[in-house]
Amino acid sequence: MNWGSVSAFLAMGGYGGFVWGSYAVTAVCIVLEITLLAARHRRLRRELRGG
Amino acid sequence: MTANKINWLKYSSPATFYPLAGRLAPWFFVAAALLVVAGIYVGFFVAPTDAQQGEAYRIIFIHVASAWLSMFLYIIMAFWAGIGLAFNTRLSSMMASAVAPTGALMTFIALWTGALWGKPMWGAWWVWDARLTSELILLFLYLGFLSLQAAIDDARRADKAGAVIALVGVVNVPIIYFSVKWWNTLHQGASVSLTRSPSMAATMLIGMLLMALGFWMYSIAATLLRVRCIILERERNSEWVGQLQELRQ
Repeated sequence: MNWGSVSAFLAMGGYGGFVWGSYAVTAVCIVLEITLLAARHRRLRRELRGG
Repeated sequence: MTANKINWLKYSSPATFYPLAGRLAPWFFVAAALLVVAGIYVGFFVAPTDAQQGEAYRIIFIHVASAWLSMFLYIIMAFWAGIGLAFNTRLSSMMASAVAPTGALMTFIALWTGALWGKPMWGAWWVWDARLTSELILLFLYLGFLSLQAAIDDARRADKAGAVIALVGVVNVPIIYFSVKWWNTLHQGASVSLTRSPSMAATMLIGMLLMALGFWMYSIAATLLRVRCIILERERNSEWVGQLQELRQ
């Protein structure tokens, strides 16, 4: 185990902003891609059902 | 013998691939989630602090995974685009179009995480060295492919024009990969190569490989979801779409 406490984990040895900034933006990108794809498919299904 | 062989060619038809992609995608998402969770666990709780870079190096687990995928997905995109161009197979071109946005996303993530890693280590968000510049060109190639396709109304003509960009742009991938060897770059050389043992702790390497595999599975899942949308958009007037069970409820 590398971290003595939660705050040490969040601080990342002083590089917290850089490390978490990387992981957070990546997570947002992935969630956004999936959400947009699901919405696109839902819209298509609705359109096609409506004829 | 031949009786048990699966007729793979059957799946080159949009009508048979559409339901198959729908059945496969959830499994790839599950595999991606498990691998990424394992990768993050190893990356943050098992892999030790780097002697030179402290904790900042932990960006490597997404940086390398997304950078590998950005190049790999480009080759996959160009492959499908080329097959579509050569054999005039609709589904191949649709696959190329389906890979492109995820490839562009991986390229963006590689550049973004690279900037956030470069700042504390090199003192600069960006430098115009060969590795960074060629990766930026990769992003432009993806965006060029996507905007060219979006600009052409006729889907088959868009496929052909996109395929030309995709195939010409392939030359950039080995340039990215070997840039750290060919030029004197600020970007470090490869941490993992096929010809020598990795220059990093085993646990770091395991974390990196788990993340790369996870991103790979994710990319397959996202591509499958997107190709399903593209198939529906392009085949909306065909008979099999009209008969789809999921549109009948």
